[in-house]
Amino acid sequence: MKTLRIGSGAGYSGDRIEPAVELADKGALDYLVFECLAERTIALAQQARLANPEAGYDPLLSERMRRVLPFVARGRESGQKRLRIISNMGAANPLSAAREVRRIAAELGLHGLKVAALTGDDVLAQLNPEQLLDNGATVGSLGERLVSANAYLGAEGIVEALQADADVVITGRVADPSLFLAPQLFEFGWAQDDWARLGRGTLIGHLLECAGQITGGYFADPGVKDVADLARLGFPLAEVDAQGRAVIGKVPGSGGRIDTATCTEQMIYEVHDPKAYLTPDVTADFSGVSFSVVAPNEVRAEGADGRARPQTLKISVGYLDGWIGEGQISYGGPGALGRAQLARDVVLERLKITGVVLDDVRAELIGLDSLHGAALGLRTSGEPWEVRLRVAGRCADRAEAVRIGNEVETLYTNGPYGGGGATKSVRQVVAVASLLLPRDAVKPRVHLEDAS
Amino acid sequence: MSAVKLRELAHSRTGDKGDTSNISVIAFKAEDYPRLLDQLTAERVAAHFAELLDPKAGAVRRYELPNVQALNFVLPGILKGGVTRSLALDAHGKALGAALLDIELEM
Repeated sequence: MKTLRIGSGAGYSGDRIEPAVELADKGALDYLVFECLAERTIALAQQARLANPEAGYDPLLSERMRRVLPFVARGRESGQKRLRIISNMGAANPLSAAREVRRIAAELGLHGLKVAALTGDDVLAQLNPEQLLDNGATVGSLGERLVSANAYLGAEGIVEALQADADVVITGRVADPSLFLAPQLFEFGWAQDDWARLGRGTLIGHLLECAGQITGGYFADPGVKDVADLARLGFPLAEVDAQGRAVIGKVPGSGGRIDTATCTEQMIYEVHDPKAYLTPDVTADFSGVSFSVVAPNEVRAEGADGRARPQTLKISVGYLDGWIGEGQISYGGPGALGRAQLARDVVLERLKITGVVLDDVRAELIGLDSLHGAALGLRTSGEPWEVRLRVAGRCADRAEAVRIGNEVETLYTNGPYGGGGATKSVRQVVAVASLLLPRDAVKPRVHLEDAS
Repeated sequence: MSAVKLRELAHSRTGDKGDTSNISVIAFKAEDYPRLLDQLTAERVAAHFAELLDPKAGAVRRYELPNVQALNFVLPGILKGGVTRSLALDAHGKALGAALLDIELEM
């Protein structure tokens, strides 16, 4: 029976590159998928594109392609297994990203490589000002602060690019599991309403989409959950059959671990109701999934199901939402906690006295209450040796946000004894809200131009 | 009756979507799963994170995944505006699951 080997080359934009190269070289893959778009990545990329019309794609696109395209060429030239690449690294500018991939292919002397770009996710021009966002505001109320609006596309546009024989498919916003479902749809010829198989294929995509998070990354807890060789963590691959049954594995000799525990953690990651995991392709049902170990670091996944896909597509809307100013300073040694608490009180009072215009402010003690609040933070026995004060505030104006870090910094000469290592920063807030559009309002389009 | 920390019986991972967090709790051994079902209720988890939750955002929900001896808790509003707007150091709430493992269960 025909099987398909799909590897995961990145779980986020800044991810490690060598594990992807290892998969391309030694994974006997048919497809290598790079998932690189977080919730607001496109909004940030859109800002970059406004400053430079050729920009707006993933900053690591060029390096990733330079490292893995030689394996795509090897597959073609050797007449052995063909390797194809799928990635959403196009972000806000898939057309420019595809041009960059062609340029790198030419630079490497790789001729005849077919690179496709998928567009249609950008629906900014189609939005109606009266449309309501999930945060209660209307699109129109955002005015000039509106930066981007992108639909989560499903697998179909990528399938079309593969049918057109693309070696590399570069997209903008596509739902993460759809990047992995597309090659299964294309290779196995599943019907678009074969919900059970689409549900299984979506499970595979969901398990692979965060790369190292299923091979032992984000898992180790020394003495409780140990993971070998995290510094050489291998990225995952799935061997899938035409029924959508799959075994998750990694390249032998790579670091990390794959077992039922790592697979279960990743299956539930970012899932709410396991019976209804919504994607543009299917309403996937993970509630009946089970995992079994078939060999060391090889786990079979089965039991996923699916129902009809949603009639609407989720649109992610990026908008500018003021500025966050921040300052930090550390206290150590006996009495550190009391001095840090005094420093916190002083900064909050200073922000009031000097009239800093804040929408919201948060002052926390790193080492005590910054992650889980004071009630849980105070469960610790004994006082911490060192504590770091962090004050962050959101302001409409940049100039106001700057004053927050400045107030923290003035603790050097005006605050409690022994503060050290003060830092300050200001950043613009690019916030994200969402809305739903009818499916037929969004038109995916494949652009395929042969490399010279 | 003796008590043990959840960390000895189960492991956990936290995910984020908007300003909602989901925390999985997965029993190391199938024989401990009924104990999680009985004692690790949505109310218990909500009480543990009371200081961080926003009552206006809705109640904590619990989903059961018996095939993989796991529970999934969904905590609306705990990320205070979500990753993109939050002032928190850990805007994703990635570290929340670790705090849950400090809960004590009766054996």
